[in-house]
Amino acid sequence: MIAAVLSLTLLGVALGWGLGLAARYLRVESNPVHEEIQQMLPGVNCGQCGYPGCSGAAEALATGKASVTLCPPGGPTLVQALAAKLGVAVDGASHSGPPLLARIDEATCIGCAHCGKRCPTDAIIGAPKQIHGVMQDACIGCGLCVDVCPTECLQLRPVAPALKTWHWPKPALGFGV
Amino acid sequence: MKLFDFWGGVHPAGQKHLSAEQAIQILPMPSRLHVPLQQHTGRSAVAVVKVGQTVRKGELLGQEQGGVSAPVHAPTSGVITAIGDFTAPHVSGLPLPTVTLESDGEDRWLEQEPPPDPFALEPEEVAARIGEAGIVGMGGANFPSAVKLSKARQARVHTLAVNGAECEPYMTCDDRLMRERAEHIVDGVRLMLHALQAPNAVIAIEDNKPEAVARMKAACQNEGQIRVVVVPSRYPAGSAKQLIQILTGLETPAGGRGTDTGVLVHNVGTAYAVHRALRQARPLISRIVTVTGGAVAEPKNLEAPIGALVEDLLAFCGGTTDAPARLLMGGPMMGHPLPGTQVPIVKGTNGILALTAAELRLAATPSPCIRCGRCVEACPMGLMPLEMSKRARHDDLDGAQAFGLIDCISCGSCAFACPSHIPLVQYFEYARGALEARQRAEQKARETRRLLEQRQARLVRAEQAKAEAAARRQAEKRQARMKGGATA
Repeated sequence: MIAAVLSLTLLGVALGWGLGLAARYLRVESNPVHEEIQQMLPGVNCGQCGYPGCSGAAEALATGKASVTLCPPGGPTLVQALAAKLGVAVDGASHSGPPLLARIDEATCIGCAHCGKRCPTDAIIGAPKQIHGVMQDACIGCGLCVDVCPTECLQLRPVAPALKTWHWPKPALGFGV
Repeated sequence: MKLFDFWGGVHPAGQKHLSAEQAIQILPMPSRLHVPLQQHTGRSAVAVVKVGQTVRKGELLGQEQGGVSAPVHAPTSGVITAIGDFTAPHVSGLPLPTVTLESDGEDRWLEQEPPPDPFALEPEEVAARIGEAGIVGMGGANFPSAVKLSKARQARVHTLAVNGAECEPYMTCDDRLMRERAEHIVDGVRLMLHALQAPNAVIAIEDNKPEAVARMKAACQNEGQIRVVVVPSRYPAGSAKQLIQILTGLETPAGGRGTDTGVLVHNVGTAYAVHRALRQARPLISRIVTVTGGAVAEPKNLEAPIGALVEDLLAFCGGTTDAPARLLMGGPMMGHPLPGTQVPIVKGTNGILALTAAELRLAATPSPCIRCGRCVEACPMGLMPLEMSKRARHDDLDGAQAFGLIDCISCGSCAFACPSHIPLVQYFEYARGALEARQRAEQKARETRRLLEQRQARLVRAEQAKAEAAARRQAEKRQARMKGGATA
């Protein structure tokens, strides 16, 4: 009885010590940027980028294999954040300036209901054969719906400036302050 | 009463002589009024009238929405001709939802009975009536007064400070109001004290307005609770936090409110509006506006209906002598440039200022900061404007925030004192706006994440429901087959 307890305890201690050493000396270096990027991504593993989930996308981004514009649900905010994080210039495909949001031209919407199925944030409302609408607060301007619209009534349009969001521009002076 | 001092401040030229001796005149009713639905801090009011509807003076045009909001009322009788976007009195020139009212020239009131004795009402009831009258802070902050009173009563404020300092150069509307309607102001103060359930009130007036001081003192003679205090003229003595410091020696904590010191500040114009609301059942539909500046032919103090165009006011004052170099709503220190004269005046408009090039410092072009520290000496909040502006310039918003950006009251003392003429306040306004934009983006990102998760969950649920339905169908089929086998 005592021998069995003793031997198992010793075995446990020895193996634990071995594992501890292995964790310290045989550790695989992971890219710290990878972790940080994963925190920035939406984290729902939708797979729209073509990588196996957000972790895969973060790895591709960290190693420079993917463009910062890969994540449609993240929208332009994420593109800018990623570009700043990775120190790369945003390529021409993406958009700078006022943010773009999807809007439906009600005159040409035929109610095919294709757009609602693609929308990652369920921002499009409408029943089949009825005019659809985009909830501006929920839209992230990813443009997935624009591709499937058969009548091109869905377009990304710049958000009109509003008094609530307006603020003074930075003074333009030709010298340091 | 012992007075205290506040740090910093500046002495800009008062220029009040231009309009100080002009008695308040009533602006002839313009044929058309444009009443914005948002004239206050908080949520916009929603129109309760329809195009083509006839309204009487004082009738409700827009209903308040939610806790922090204020209603708007018809400034005259007439017909609603439009409800839609109209240029706001704001530097951006962007529109606001606005009710356009065509005057019928009769100026017929919607008759309402004032309460027989407002002091017999419950304090909450008094505050509610102030809210229903659409009264907002008339010193320029535009915060709904009823909300401010209720919150302060809950915070057990002991003193109501009534702000008649009017430290902003050129402005004389509060001065004239105190000289001409002192009794009404004092009555309004008593009503506010009742709503607050506070023991005493102090009316603070700068020493450059001796006539207003004399009139107010006379009006307060038999009021034990209310005292008139003369404070030295120094900008920005009329800023709420600085006024509290002068009166009590207490500094408002960083990021805190004035009421944290046990003092609530209200403008004299607000006290007058409270008197009108409770004694005569009149909502806030007009205010005193000082129209002045070197470019105005005859500077005047006008009682103008809310929604009158700046153009109407300037025309009544003989127009502008030559094209003004700058047109401001408010005073020269804290006023905002206007996009044109086709904008309405609102509840918070204390003045229209048309300045000539000679009055401005336009010739002075900004030059680099020499780190002389005059802005630090001038800042009444004890901040370091030079450090904040440097960080704002380099978009280091967190750095600017760490130097107290949130505590800046945008009084403009630093920019006034700056020998390099650097537009310091614009840097702070920019940084504050950029910070808010960043917070909005972060909020949106959080919301997006939530929506994505909900959609994912919905898809999983739909998949499960489908699988269950399929399984059920299969089971039914099998059962039917077995039954069929048994009968055979």
